[in-house]
Amino acid sequence: MSDDAVLPLDSWHRARDARMASFAGYAMPIQYEGIIAEHLWTRENAGLFDVSHMGQLFFSGDGVEAAIEALTPADVEGLALGRQRYSLLLTGDGGIIDDLMIARWRQGIYMVVNAATKGADIAHIEPHLPDNVSMKVLTDRALIALQGPKAAEALGRHVSGEYGLDALIFMAGGQYRLAGEDVWISRSGYTGEDGFEISLPATIVEEVAEALCGEPEVKPIGLGARDSLRLEAGLPLYGHDIDEHTSPIEAGLGFALSKRRREAGDFPGAAQIIRQREEGPSKKRVGLIVEGRQPVREGALVVDAEGQEIGKVTSGGFSPSLEKPIAMAYVPAALAEPGTEIALQQRGKPFAGTVTALPFVPHTYHRQPKP
Amino acid sequence: MARYFTEEHEWIDVDGDSATIGITDYAQEQLGDIVFVEVPDAGAMLEKGDDAAVVESVKAASDVYAPVSGEVMEGNDLLAEEPGLVNSAPEEEGWFFRMTLSDKDELNGLMDAKEYKDFIASL
Repeated sequence: MSDDAVLPLDSWHRARDARMASFAGYAMPIQYEGIIAEHLWTRENAGLFDVSHMGQLFFSGDGVEAAIEALTPADVEGLALGRQRYSLLLTGDGGIIDDLMIARWRQGIYMVVNAATKGADIAHIEPHLPDNVSMKVLTDRALIALQGPKAAEALGRHVSGEYGLDALIFMAGGQYRLAGEDVWISRSGYTGEDGFEISLPATIVEEVAEALCGEPEVKPIGLGARDSLRLEAGLPLYGHDIDEHTSPIEAGLGFALSKRRREAGDFPGAAQIIRQREEGPSKKRVGLIVEGRQPVREGALVVDAEGQEIGKVTSGGFSPSLEKPIAMAYVPAALAEPGTEIALQQRGKPFAGTVTALPFVPHTYHRQPKP
Repeated sequence: MARYFTEEHEWIDVDGDSATIGITDYAQEQLGDIVFVEVPDAGAMLEKGDDAAVVESVKAASDVYAPVSGEVMEGNDLLAEEPGLVNSAPEEEGWFFRMTLSDKDELNGLMDAKEYKDFIASL
């Protein structure tokens, strides 16, 4: 038997005939009825994802903002109550240790980090914290996401709060009541769709999953479709599209560098990152639509006319929504304009791709109407 | 006509000196939604164990090996347009290729239907 850690919804997934597989040390549902069906269901209705393997951290104490700012390019001081931001843990020379979400709760700062990296993240963060700032790993909480155009409607029947879910715009969150407990709900996700992420006590997650999947709009969705959805949405996957050897500028994540911190130049790797932002990076993460039907996968090469390696595919697969193969790759900056034809090679076989603006499938986030 | 199975989850229908080859229902179930299949061209000479075909699901690519040696007579052209046939009818319309058998003794090491059923039950 495997040594995989078991998450609170394990038996619930198995009762729904999920195919379970090891992912980042956890037994996780890869698929239920099939990746394509689950993917399309999420784009048209609403899908429930178990992401309890991710790390949920909570920071509190005097100086918590400065402590997190010392590790990330986020403007934590300026982060209002109930707002969430995408940010990065950076190395001293500007490489990406992890990508993450931070949000301001009433008593402190809540952070969600990737499952595969959470141990290393904690080891990196802990020694940097001043004595009066504490970090708690919220191991007693589960994390689920409800994603898709009908997510708000379905979730709305189960939650109550000071404000309705309508009050939440993209990247905002708040305290709500769900199954008799206090939960944190943010309007965010990893599919490109409108939707929510819900941090809740592990003791009620099965009841909540059951109730949500009892709604006609909702089906459980596995990690397989989570990956194809995020790829279509152009969202990078840590350890694949970004890592310690890619910079936020190369990765197209410049938006994660808050204006205040950029101007102050006081985050890890700021000198390198700001210089690269001004001078332009030598390589860039781009989207590719691949000719034909055969997908190119992570590790396929971007080549020049002589067949020499000039870049690499970091994620690739078949897009259920576009019904064609798509990929993300790092290419030389001169080849990063949409429309540029890119030569690829996988297992000795040539492929052709065209640079395409990300996302491949438009985001449908619930944003504040423009005045 | 006798049907044989391999530990790589291929089925082989033998008819005289030729054989039709595909992947089993168990294999397609494990692979999930199949989005691309590449079959060998007629005339290709295959040695047992050679890469013969490629099958790609949403998640990953897998090789299909030649379970026996011989010359490819025909690949299933339908799979280029309809790779999903491998999911819906893996042991019928979703066949991969037909080949001649250059050494019928190679069939001796293969499983019959009952042995294959026991084999997948043991996985």
